[in-house]
Amino acid sequence: MVAALAPAAEPTAGPAPPARRRPREFTAVDYGTIGGSALSALTLTWLIFARLTDGVGWLGFLVVAYVAFLVLFGLVTADRIGVLAAKDRLATVTITSGAMLLLAPLLWLVGYVLVKGLPGLRPSFFTHDMRGVTPTMPASAGGGLHAIIGSLQQVGLALLITVPLAVSTAVFLNETRSRLRRPVRIVVDAMSGMPSVVAGLFIYATFVIPYGGQIDLFGFNGFMAALALSMIMLPTITRTVEVVLRLVPDGLREASLSLGASRARTVWSVVLPTARSGVTTAVVLGIARAVGETAPLLFTAFGYQLINSNPFANPQESLPLFVFRSITQPQQSMIDRGFTGALVLMLVVLGLFALARFIGRDRTRSRRRTGQAPAMPTGADIFEALPGPGAPVSVAQKGS
Amino acid sequence: MAQRLRTDAVPDELPEEQPGNGGGAGTRPRAVNDVPTRLDRVFAGITTTAGLTVLTLLTLVGIFLFLRSREAFDTVGWSFFTTFEWRIDSTPAVFGVVGLAVGTVLVAIIAVTIAIPLGVCAALFISDYATGRVRGFLVGLVDLLAAIPSLLFGLWGLLLLSSQIVPLSAWLGRHLRWFPPFRVAADAGLDNSMFIAGIVVSLMVLPIIAAVTREVFSQTPPNEKEAALALGGTKWGMIRMVVLPYGRGGIIGGSMLGLGRALGETIAVSLLLPQVPKVTGRILENGGATVSGFIVRRFGGGELNTSALMAAGLVLFGMTLVTNMLASVIISRSRSGVGVEV
Amino acid sequence: MTDFATDVPQGPPRLAPPAAPDAEQTQTINVLPGGPPVKLVGGPPPGAATIESRGAHAWFGDHLVLEDVHIAMPPGEVTALIGPSGCGKSTFLRLLNRMHELVPSASLAGEILLDGEDIYRPGIRAQQVRMRIGMVFQKPNPFPAMSIRDNVLAGLKLARIKCSDKAGLVEQSLLRAGLWREVRDRLGSPGGALSGGQQQRLCIARALAVQPNALLMDEPCSALDPTSTRRIEETIAELRHNVTIVIVTHNMQQAYRVSDRCAFFLAAENEPGRVVEQGATETMFSAPEDQRTLAYVEGRFG
Repeated sequence: MVAALAPAAEPTAGPAPPARRRPREFTAVDYGTIGGSALSALTLTWLIFARLTDGVGWLGFLVVAYVAFLVLFGLVTADRIGVLAAKDRLATVTITSGAMLLLAPLLWLVGYVLVKGLPGLRPSFFTHDMRGVTPTMPASAGGGLHAIIGSLQQVGLALLITVPLAVSTAVFLNETRSRLRRPVRIVVDAMSGMPSVVAGLFIYATFVIPYGGQIDLFGFNGFMAALALSMIMLPTITRTVEVVLRLVPDGLREASLSLGASRARTVWSVVLPTARSGVTTAVVLGIARAVGETAPLLFTAFGYQLINSNPFANPQESLPLFVFRSITQPQQSMIDRGFTGALVLMLVVLGLFALARFIGRDRTRSRRRTGQAPAMPTGADIFEALPGPGAPVSVAQKGS
Repeated sequence: MAQRLRTDAVPDELPEEQPGNGGGAGTRPRAVNDVPTRLDRVFAGITTTAGLTVLTLLTLVGIFLFLRSREAFDTVGWSFFTTFEWRIDSTPAVFGVVGLAVGTVLVAIIAVTIAIPLGVCAALFISDYATGRVRGFLVGLVDLLAAIPSLLFGLWGLLLLSSQIVPLSAWLGRHLRWFPPFRVAADAGLDNSMFIAGIVVSLMVLPIIAAVTREVFSQTPPNEKEAALALGGTKWGMIRMVVLPYGRGGIIGGSMLGLGRALGETIAVSLLLPQVPKVTGRILENGGATVSGFIVRRFGGGELNTSALMAAGLVLFGMTLVTNMLASVIISRSRSGVGVEV
Repeated sequence: MTDFATDVPQGPPRLAPPAAPDAEQTQTINVLPGGPPVKLVGGPPPGAATIESRGAHAWFGDHLVLEDVHIAMPPGEVTALIGPSGCGKSTFLRLLNRMHELVPSASLAGEILLDGEDIYRPGIRAQQVRMRIGMVFQKPNPFPAMSIRDNVLAGLKLARIKCSDKAGLVEQSLLRAGLWREVRDRLGSPGGALSGGQQQRLCIARALAVQPNALLMDEPCSALDPTSTRRIEETIAELRHNVTIVIVTHNMQQAYRVSDRCAFFLAAENEPGRVVEQGATETMFSAPEDQRTLAYVEGRFG
């Protein structure tokens, strides 16, 4: 018999509630040291470079000032609280600032493209191609519609070829027991390291050169570009989808099989739906990569000034090609137009990236906040996923 | 984790069966067979076809690459690997991959040298120093950096960054002359140098290194980290004693993956370097050519040119292949890399 | 077993950052009988320490898990923290060596005094506290890739303690932990290659090498077999004179065998953990004051 526990004492209106605190590693003195060291480092560096030696450019100035800051901070802290603690503080400051350094070039790049490309971002950019535009005309003449159409078609075709093949191959690698899996995996891994330029060169040398003259389909056109893009996208998407499939817990597969579903049905109705957001994310990221590929397009789509909406014949422009060719021209108007194209490209990639993050977000987090347990697939869920009569097929009927 | 389920006809072993014993009462394992449904057969058909297609296609690619570069090898033979000039149009044609390879490797080394400390720093920060939201933000930032097309990096590097680095290069050339790679001729231009190309490529390589090492650092067993802290270690001491040794394989593997990426970088270097094959160690001066950048500049010429470029591309592919394979092996063999996807 | 008494008399407590940079605390100890004394520089002051908690509270986020804990842990004695699981015993233990604050959402209130000084006073570094108060965890966690010798010396390396005779110190620590005879001829083999009980004893040796003033043990034997458990209990009995030991245990018989004092923790449903009763072990087990304590030690719940 379990002894009855005395009821817990009611909290009395006694002394004031205790003062809660969280011990902090970095004290106010530490922050003061950081500020002081930074200031001293800047002054010291200025003294050295402005007064004593020749200039080194603001970039070099920053590098030296940063190093001086670290050295000063380390020395002062070591003197204050000893070497062991100083090493720790210095490590924290270095690692934190080093990580923040990542931000700098990214922001700089994005800002630069934004600033240079924004003036040209007019509706006319999206409705005109380069028909009749001479180098002397201003940047507002002409547009990039041909490039946008080309990119859409080429990436679209590439997706059409790649996605079914990649997903099927990933399923093959992860859900079957075939002996062919090993060679396929080795080949896919090997090909994923292929430089994109080699892919383009390959298509060029295998199709365009020998047959391009006789058959339009094998000449410079969007289709050839799509083939080159597929070569690049296929190994990447296959491997990513395979990883996603591997993350689907085995328990789900077992539950489905034990309910009487065949292996194929399990993959189709249980594994793939569970992996859906992961697969979509993989595909979206693959698109983002393909959209920015330039080198292979040089040898396949070749580029063109006007709209060509038939990807199967004649050279076609594409967004990266447009940017590449425009930027390398001497005329400022061409360069400006190129920057607008670069801005469009960047926005497309950023948008796709945000889309991928949105699709792949952790939905369980919102449930946790409402107090519900994270969704564990129950037998009922899997039951519902299996179409057809609800009752499991009896052993005798299998194989019919 | 449950055992992988088997449905092929493999007999199950009964636990009390002694191998080679024959079994006293004649007990033998039974063959377990499962009869596939029609859907199963279709499924197997589709997936196997996909796998076979991919296998055949990619193998064919490899074969064709070889065949296409044969012409180049037939023309110059083994000297392809020892010549550094590239004079396709002269008779006899003299060309070789050495100048290109040297440039490719130099740029890649510069890029990786800058990217490894930054990437490991970022990874350490994300896995051990950052809290909740900052961590998510930085992970997104690293992935974003990886997603930005190298074309944009190339044009930013060419039109903006290079002019900012030139004073630094000049200063290095003047004051650190004792270091041979930093030697600069008096009248040399400095804005199209391998140094600048290396810096730009490092930004593209950084996310790969950061992502792989972060993956690896976050798998450090928390028990060991706690033990180090409880012994009276500082955070940095704990990182040095536990996290970094544990993650060593990941750091090396990630760096090699980054190296592979840097070797294959095309557009940015084609914009930044003059792409004239030259064996030079002077990274601060204008000059240098990489295989992929060179291919972009020079494609178009006749059959021989294409074949020669193809051969160079094959050499590059070989380099990246070896680097990536080494990286895989190192990562999977290390204590930390067992669960890491590369 | 020989007693490893120190030669140097008790010095003043040195927790607070001294005016001069890290004054080197020097300790000379008789590591082995008949052997030369070993000098340790930069480590904790000698002797067992008094630990006392005054009004300790602990939160995880906004969730209060420990309320108003007053416990005295005298030097040279073994104090056991007993009670059913989930009452905050481990949380309290981690308050004592400032491991509680490693959890991002954790906060606390009250004072923890080490030889009279509050270890949470602003300006005192957690690293110094942890050097003086060692910890042994429930699941043995030696550094698997490091050799046994390097495992034992790890604490010195981490806290930058200089030692004049490393081999002697390794031998002393392993002897104190009851592991020397089993591993004396394979000190270079990796720490992960030992059995569970050996690993835990290695962790004890590692904690002892730093010469801590107190040792916290969080259910150290719960994952081990009876033989290893017995060995570790023997070790605890020998260590107590030089090291104040605080042990959390689920096993009441172990608490009875091993401890001089007990504190009984209890948490009612949806309530924070509190100390119901504390005192000498004999008294707690034979004639406790509180009904609940009696019920628990008689095994009627828990």
